[in-house]
Amino acid sequence: MKTLKLLAALVCFVSLTAFTITTDSGYEVGDVATDFSLENIDGKMVSLSDYKSAKGFIVIFTCNTCPYAVAYEDRIVELDKKYAKKGYPVIAIMPNDTDVKPGDNMQAMKARAKAKGFTFPYLMDEGQKIYPQYGATKTPHVYILEKTTDGNIVKYIGAIDDNYQDATAVKTKYVENAVDALLAGKEIKQKTTRAIGCSIKTKK
Amino acid sequence: MKRLVIVFLLILSCKETPKAVEVTEQLSKVHHQGEAIVLDIYDYDGLEPLINKDDGKVHVVNFWATWCAPCVKELPYFEKINSDYKNKNVEVLLVSLDFPRQYDSKLKPFLKKKNIQSKVVCFDDVDQNRWIPAIDTTWSGALPATIIYKGNKRQFYEKSFNYEELETEVKLFLN
Repeated sequence: MKTLKLLAALVCFVSLTAFTITTDSGYEVGDVATDFSLENIDGKMVSLSDYKSAKGFIVIFTCNTCPYAVAYEDRIVELDKKYAKKGYPVIAIMPNDTDVKPGDNMQAMKARAKAKGFTFPYLMDEGQKIYPQYGATKTPHVYILEKTTDGNIVKYIGAIDDNYQDATAVKTKYVENAVDALLAGKEIKQKTTRAIGCSIKTKK
Repeated sequence: MKRLVIVFLLILSCKETPKAVEVTEQLSKVHHQGEAIVLDIYDYDGLEPLINKDDGKVHVVNFWATWCAPCVKELPYFEKINSDYKNKNVEVLLVSLDFPRQYDSKLKPFLKKKNIQSKVVCFDDVDQNRWIPAIDTTWSGALPATIIYKGNKRQFYEKSFNYEELETEVKLFLN
């Protein structure tokens, strides 16, 4: 009887573990984020390791064609203007397959960045190898990383703020609060939030 | 329909707090002169009872928007489920996340042009971090997304469907 119980517990444990593994792909807060070498809109390759004096990064998976991403463009520019000089630059990565979404191809990215006055790199996830490692599922999707001797540690995952429609009606600025906490050496209060967004486009 | 929702909310509000009564006042309708399409608009408190009905029917709830290409692509499959399974106690609800400024310019013309027969409601609630996990704890927030439920049995899908896949899932709820 006892063995049976133990066996049942074991089965339960194993199935739980299996479930966790299959549903949780990508980073969680505390994980070390991978670096990359991706092409920027100016044709140069960009890596996190290029930023010698950065304290961390605001990595944002975003694109031209998603209305939620477009609604946040000006706010992403503001984030970079405010935090790049404090050591947390914005690094934007466009994760969509450009055959599926031609409006997100390099030429379109260049045009959009110019029109909106992007002050940060806007990188193409060529071959779509980076976003799955981060576990991004949509645009926009934010990962705040802190640079440490152990690598770039994921400190926050989620939304930019709590109002995708109206920047003037925002009550909680999740990303600003998180970076402010990091800069002050304090614990981030809200480490994960959910953001509505457009699914990242892939060939089936 | 709107009256029904309000009655439902009022019943809810009796059980809980009087706050829900205020929520009903936020419900509004989009009227467009010369157009027959009238859409109900809900915040999450208004939507919640619509996606948690316990009426013995199988409910297929699809979150979509006119600008979401994979959503538009799979819309005919939901329409087909709606027409083919109507007599089998299946109800389709299309929850549009189009932005309010595009209800008249985009959403209504789209519904008219595609002759959408399933029930469509507008969902307008900016507090994403509140309602995404409330709708399903596993939802990362990407569109399209679908819920199929009957009473307490419930399944959430953060994916695109083809017709066969959708029909297979619906059938699992029919027995």
